[in-house]
Amino acid sequence: MCGVCGCGEGHSHSHDHDHTHEHHDHDHDAEHAHAPGLSQKRMVQIEQDILAKNNRYAAENRRYFGERGMLVLNLVSSPGSGKTTLLTETIARLKDDLDITVIEGDQQTARDAERIRATGVPALQINTGKGCHLDAHRVGHALETLQPKDHSLLFIENVGNLVCPSSFDLGEAHKVVILSVTEGEDKPIKYPDMFHAADLMILNKTDLLPYLDFDSEQCIQYAKQVNPRIKILSLSAKTGEGMDSWLRWLKAELELQRIDYA
Amino acid sequence: MHEMSLCESILQVLEQQAEAQQYSKVKTVWLEIGALSNVETDALRFSFDVVMQGSLADHAQLEIIEVPGQAWCMPCSRNVVVQQLYDLCPHCGSHQLQVNSGDQMRIKELEVE
Repeated sequence: MCGVCGCGEGHSHSHDHDHTHEHHDHDHDAEHAHAPGLSQKRMVQIEQDILAKNNRYAAENRRYFGERGMLVLNLVSSPGSGKTTLLTETIARLKDDLDITVIEGDQQTARDAERIRATGVPALQINTGKGCHLDAHRVGHALETLQPKDHSLLFIENVGNLVCPSSFDLGEAHKVVILSVTEGEDKPIKYPDMFHAADLMILNKTDLLPYLDFDSEQCIQYAKQVNPRIKILSLSAKTGEGMDSWLRWLKAELELQRIDYA
Repeated sequence: MHEMSLCESILQVLEQQAEAQQYSKVKTVWLEIGALSNVETDALRFSFDVVMQGSLADHAQLEIIEVPGQAWCMPCSRNVVVQQLYDLCPHCGSHQLQVNSGDQMRIKELEVE
């Protein structure tokens, strides 16, 4: 059962409502029944954000993280950018000092969660099936299973997709977009929504730069054009070059979350 | 195809509101979609018909009000119109722009019975 949301989610629910509704209309709207041919149409002001429901769950998650002084990062990228390798390398360097948990989002298979568990930290795989992104509701349920510790670090590895996950707030402190140098420097302007939504961009696989025509400076300029506030780190998860800055960024951000604001 | 999940969210709002606003059928849905909102309106229309099938909004008409993108240009200290998130300020060419309108996805109003 869903503790946070009491979700029934079901359409069977709404059918029940339809039925009670019909009775309701007959009982109270007698004037409509006496006016055949007269339209019963009317306007209803709604003014509701389409993502309001997701945003409510995200706010709930954010409150949960805040109460526990956790740092939660939503890692987004195209498939194959090296998110999971970056995670396993990061965990190997931090797990003796910090409590870390991971939520893995993929359409199918538990391969990534298995790779994370092999490092010795708890990981939960969410398979989105046909879905193209994680939503705040599913993340909330994952927390019930994972039970992350206070002051811990939670990585949410989103589905490899540079489009849809940008619209769905999961309650994270930051979206971190990972771009590998094999992808081409124009990704930030080709998929501007994601780079606009992210606070940090990691330029990964820099060990491959000598073999490619990738223009790092141009790429950084494009990213800043889409999002003037974005911070950028270049690294190679494979060789470890640049990892130190990333680890320092993580520790500094975790420290910020630990401040107990009034 | 996150337009599909957006339509599922829309349907949930319609079902929730049905009780509060006393309607059993939705004839038209007006959405306000910002030019910078990451929504492909064609895909949204396609998904809308599919998702609404068999619901209280079966065969409902979808009306999309497109809202232009607007951003605050820091060097110019004024609002400018932008088409894309990577647009530069049309006056000074700066990219120090802060989007302040045109990223919304809202259900505006409904025609119901």
